[in-house]
Amino acid sequence: MSTVSGPPPTIEFHGVSYSLSDGRPILHPLSLSVEHGETLVLLGRSGAGKTTLLKLVNRLLDPSGGEVQVNGRATSGLDPIRLRRGIGYAIQEVGLFPHLTVEKNIGLLPRVEGWPPERTHRRVSELLDLVGLGAGLGSRYPHQLSGGQRQRVGVARALVIDPPILLMDEPFGALDPITRTEIRSEFQLLQRRLKKTILFVTHDLHEALHLATRIAFFEAGRLLGTYTPAEFLGDPHPMITAYRNAFDAGPQSRPDGSG
Amino acid sequence: MSLLQFMFDRRAEILDLTLEHLWLVGIAMLVAISVGLPLGILITRSPALRKPVLGSANIMQTIPSLALFGFLLPLPFIGQRADILAIVALTLYALLPVIRNTYAGIEGVDPAMVEAARGMGLSDRQLLLHVQLPLALGVIIAGIRVATVISVGTATIAAAVGAGGLGSFIFRGVAMVSNSLIMAGAVPAALLAILADVSLGFLERRLRRGW
Repeated sequence: MSTVSGPPPTIEFHGVSYSLSDGRPILHPLSLSVEHGETLVLLGRSGAGKTTLLKLVNRLLDPSGGEVQVNGRATSGLDPIRLRRGIGYAIQEVGLFPHLTVEKNIGLLPRVEGWPPERTHRRVSELLDLVGLGAGLGSRYPHQLSGGQRQRVGVARALVIDPPILLMDEPFGALDPITRTEIRSEFQLLQRRLKKTILFVTHDLHEALHLATRIAFFEAGRLLGTYTPAEFLGDPHPMITAYRNAFDAGPQSRPDGSG
Repeated sequence: MSLLQFMFDRRAEILDLTLEHLWLVGIAMLVAISVGLPLGILITRSPALRKPVLGSANIMQTIPSLALFGFLLPLPFIGQRADILAIVALTLYALLPVIRNTYAGIEGVDPAMVEAARGMGLSDRQLLLHVQLPLALGVIIAGIRVATVISVGTATIAAAVGAGGLGSFIFRGVAMVSNSLIMAGAVPAALLAILADVSLGFLERRLRRGW
């Protein structure tokens, strides 16, 4: 990797750690940067600290030590509301508001931002189209949608005011394997079109291999390292080998399917 | 003479007292909601106030209603006019269910939902207005419903301090040992309570399943 002077990393963690109020460490000090336009997948078992790291970016949590920077500025000095409006946040399907229709779920942020209703309406139709949902779904409530449709709405909502950064916490977590594979491929296309900087949390190795430009592997609150998908498949570290074996993925299962 | 005939003969007075009754309960509920709702919201934000607020509202409910009217009687301004006295007493009774249900409704909103709302960049106010209150509305209405039904019953005692309402018939009936007079107050009061219960219950169900 050459270090030519390009744009600064979009997100930087400098010696960031996080402990609970009783002192129990959740994340041990780590440094990591997410480059502009890349998709960094945080991979690891449940409880490895991936979600915690994600929440440190949009200040749902504040680090116990170290500093998080977004676009070169320490988040601790930024207004959390302004910071969050520039960062799309998509989580498992629980995130949709049950009392709002699809259109209003997606349009909530534009509404509080004071967009004129026609503009919001146009944007919502555009996004429904982008995530492969018919405009007719706009008037439905979340409980009237399938799991896959809900996830797409969640992604659309995260994109609504076109934030340059996306945080995605197991956004396709609650889906059956087939729908999950489908929506993952669609997301891959979306990713290429939109060129966002994405931090993506998953425990699913296949998802990581398909979506990641780099994989950051976590184990028990520690960052083991960052790898390209190819490097990850070949790495001999026993924990990584064990993880691969659990998913039955050796060097032969290349993400591009050429193996 | 049949009870129906008795009540029919006094329909004008029954109507007057029913309206008076409704007025007492209506004003008391309006005050209780405009005080109780903000208090309920307040104690979701400052846990330090939770115990004192819920505690005092609780104590208010344990005071026998007749005694509460008596306690308020010597107070300046409040004790001066019977209707104000009755409204203050009814308000104090109605506060607990309104505060408690507002608090419980907001606290009952799925924390994951609240975090999603915060994560997308809603301010505290926007979170309350667009997410917490709409989702808590069914529970809040349930509290208002309980408070209203209690108030309709308690308001009959307001006649003891001369505030009028359907209690006037009941107290007169007790004094004159006339069941018909008691019924002329009790039956409309019961009907009012049922009406309030059914209509607010309908509203509550609509709101709970409105999505």
